[in-house]
Formats: sequence, C-alpha cells, structure tokens
Amino acid sequence: MGAQVKEQDMAPLLQVNALTKMYGPRIGCKDVSFDLYPGEVMGIVGESGSGKSTLLNAMAGHHAPDRGEVVFDTRADGPVDTLKMSEPERRMLGRTDWAFVHQHARDGLRMSVSAGGNIGERLMAVGGRHYGEIREQAADWLGRVEISDTRIDDRPSAFSGGMQQRLQIARNLVTGPRLVFMDEPTGGLDVSVQARLLDLLRSLVREMGLSAIIVTHDLAVVRLLADRLMVMKDGHVVESGLTDQVLDDPQHAYTQLLVSSVLQV
Amino acid sequence: MSDYNFAYLDEQTKRMIRRAILKGLAVPGYQVPFASREMPMPYGWGTGGVQVSAATLTPDDTLKVIDQGADDTTNAVSIRKFFERTAGVATTEETTKASVIQTRHRIPEAELTEDQILVYQVPIPEPLRFLEPRETETRKMHSLEEYGLMHVKLYEDISQHGDIATSYAYPVKVEDRYVMDPSPIPKFDNPKLEMAAIQLFGAGREQRIYAVPPYTKVVSLDFEDYPFEATKADHPCDLCGSEHSYLDEVILDDAGNRMFVCSDTDYCRTRRAEGHVGRLGDSEGEAA
Repeated sequence: MGAQVKEQDMAPLLQVNALTKMYGPRIGCKDVSFDLYPGEVMGIVGESGSGKSTLLNAMAGHHAPDRGEVVFDTRADGPVDTLKMSEPERRMLGRTDWAFVHQHARDGLRMSVSAGGNIGERLMAVGGRHYGEIREQAADWLGRVEISDTRIDDRPSAFSGGMQQRLQIARNLVTGPRLVFMDEPTGGLDVSVQARLLDLLRSLVREMGLSAIIVTHDLAVVRLLADRLMVMKDGHVVESGLTDQVLDDPQHAYTQLLVSSVLQV
Repeated sequence: MSDYNFAYLDEQTKRMIRRAILKGLAVPGYQVPFASREMPMPYGWGTGGVQVSAATLTPDDTLKVIDQGADDTTNAVSIRKFFERTAGVATTEETTKASVIQTRHRIPEAELTEDQILVYQVPIPEPLRFLEPRETETRKMHSLEEYGLMHVKLYEDISQHGDIATSYAYPVKVEDRYVMDPSPIPKFDNPKLEMAAIQLFGAGREQRIYAVPPYTKVVSLDFEDYPFEATKADHPCDLCGSEHSYLDEVILDDAGNRMFVCSDTDYCRTRRAEGHVGRLGDSEGEAA
C-alpha cells in the first residue's frame, strides 16, 4: 500500500518552502521544505525535541515561523501563502479546509459541551443554522467513528480516552477538510485502542481522499498510515522518502538508530 | 447635597464615562472598556448602571429606577434614594414621566419614547463568557465575527430540553454585526429592544459599557427549525387582568395557591387605575 499515484498535472495541495522557526538562539525547525499532494499522507518522525511539533504548529498557523512559506492550494483562489493571509482568512481556513487533531483530546474538545455540540460546532461556525440537519450530521459522524449515537448528548468527560480521541476526529472531519494535521493522534492510548484508532483513521483517509500530516514518535503509526516519511533530528530533516523505503533501508545514521530502537515483539 | 458633586461622580469621571457611552452608541453592541469607579454599593448591585446614570443625568431629569419590574424593591429604592441625595433630581415611579430609567432585569411594558434613556445594569456583559473563558479569545471572536459558538449554546439547550431553554439574557445580534448580551432581561422583552429610546448598558465590575441607539436592528439568535419565541406565563395578571404583560408567580400559601401578577408594578397600577380588574384584583389589589 501507500504509493500514491502522482499524475503529471496534479498540483501539490501544500508546498512548504524553507520553513524556519527559532526559539531565540535555539533552533525549533530549520529550512524544512516539502510538497504534499492531494490524498497523500506524510509522516514526520523523530525523537522528543527534534522539532516535529514545532514544524506542525508553524504549518498550521498556531505560531508564526521566522522564515519560509506555507503555500496551500485553496478552493477559491488557488495556491496562497497562508502565512501572508489575514487572520480572519487563516482562521476561516482553520475551520473549513484544515483540521487539527491534538495529542490530548481535551485540548481539541469542549469538555462542557455534549458530543453532538462538539461535532456541530464547526458546522455552526460556517453558518449552519438548522438544528435538525446539524444533529443528523453529528449522529452520522458519531457512527463513522464507531461511537453509539445514544451517546450524542453525553459530555466528552463521560467518554473513555479512546472515545474522546475518536470524537475529536469526528469533530474535525465533519466539515470535510482537505488537509488534516495530527499531533501524536495515538499518544497515551493503550495498544488495542491504538490499533482500532489507526484502522479508523486509515479508512477515513482513504474514503475521504484526505491529505494528512502526522507527527508521531511511533514508527508503527507511520508504517500503517503514511505514504511518505520525514525523519527529523535537532530541527533538521535528516532523511525523507517513501515510508517503506526509509524504514526498511534507512540511510542516515540517526534513522538507522531510530529503526533499530524499535522493540520487536 | 453640597457635600457631593452633582450625581456623586466627579466631572472628569463623568467625562470619561460619557466618552465611552458615545463610542458605544457609535458602534452598537460593541463593549467599550471604561475605568469603572468604586461606588458606595457592592458589585452586583448595579454599580455599572449607577455610573452610566450618573454620567447621563442633568438637573432637569426625572429618574425612575426599577428592579425586576418593581419600583419598590430594595435595589430600586436604594438607588433612587442615592440619586435623590447626590443629584437632587426629581424621581418618579411612572414610566411615562421619567426621562432616565435605570433598570435591572426588565424593560417597562409601556412603550418608551425618543425623549427617554433606558440604563441597564449588567452583571456579565460578555455573551460568550460561559463558553469561552479567555477574554483575549472572546475579543478576537467579536472582532472577527466568529459567533458559531453562540449557536452551540442554543444547540445544547435544544438537545437537553427539547427547545431553546435560555429564558433570560437571551443573546441578540445588533445591526447584523455584534452579538450582545441584553443583560438578564426575560426573553419576553427581547423584541422590545428595537425601540425609540436610547439604551445604555453598564457593567461595573467587568468595566464595560455598551449601547443600542434608537431604532437599531436587534435580532434574537435562533435556529431555522427552532425559531425564537418570546415566552411568558400563560395566564392573565391576577390584579389587573392584563394578558400581554410579563408575569411574576407568587406563592400564596402552602396549600398550592398561587397568583400571577405583572412584574412591571407601574404598568399594573396604571391599568388598575383605569378600572381593569383581574381574578384577585378586588380583595388583594389595594394591598399589593
């Protein structure tokens, strides 16, 4: 699996050019460039502090990078550098064509609002004003992420960790985004729940033709989900390529270390 | 009287508050920050409304103060006395004779005119506060007109109660721009927000002033399939027989007897003076 069809005339959905974020004199991430094509899933792996999350947040516009471009192929105006967009435009993008899945579901959910309200929020934010339709869509999405629709009026605080994470995914995907940023989506979940979540993510990504950028330190996650892989160390991309190629035949010393560190059960 | 500057506040403070009021009128529904002063009453008793009234009053004004519609409850009596002492202005209980009306939680039943100013006491001016605790974020949401969250609250109401259960402080959109908390008035009063009088809102603890100029468009938020409804107790007033006024329910004894009376005492009194009588009007009317 994994090798996406890259047609000649297909324009990249996201182009990242020389993205740099410094924390004072220290490097967050430096000169990161890549293209992401529609329907493609990019994995970013590396150890803690290697700049994965910094890169993800800089791309998603959560903090301003120091240099570089993040060009997104918008539906209306074609390729636009999102860093030069006005804030209302960027926030609009953030709740329509983009989605962001946090590592901790609590960061991405409104814990005092019911599951249905959580899913409906993005619909209402883009102008949904028909209660019946919003509720119908919320129920539909709960089903898609394998949560019983009898739980639609329960608050996320009454959900297990895995359910909260699935609810967060439903809440993000309800407006049919084209690009999803995921920050350690399976972190903190036990392995069987992780496996089901990965299964779910994989089918959703395939079904909806989503493009995704997944940050993780779990090589199994990228092996399952990602078409391509970038390996980061100390803020730099040290190796990139097709996932299977990088994992099966690592070239850079650090990647070799990373791959060999995985415990084989 | 000579111990105080006219209407308690010093002139510089009134000037500062008037600037905030004018800005509020220029941008209807926008919450203008102002340097709220300490007033000789606790927060929550109308410190914001009192400051706005003090900055609005002139010696020729006639002041009316209402608390939940009534002229004779503690809050109304003490604020009215406060201005009698510190401003020496005439006071009245009659809505039609007042030029400045300070109110807590009601809009008078009698229609207000262009010569009148209605001053509201506001506890929490931010309609988004209970959904989004960060002030930086709510300000950004106002400036970018991101009001989806307000509908999340209404969605939650319907999903839990079957209809929009928010019955007071019902959010409104002013002039198609700012979402505003109309202070905790019953939603029965929301349609009256489009009126001829100037409406000023003062929140003392939260240090905000906002305003709705005369004849401004004010729309209550709702869903297409759950439209806004101005509700009241389905009952006529037991004293004056009015079918169109907002009612208070009063429990009479421990045998389950209760009565409904107009919450606007002046309206009820006026109607009874005109000869309208409700179910219990004769026996209890004079005493009430």
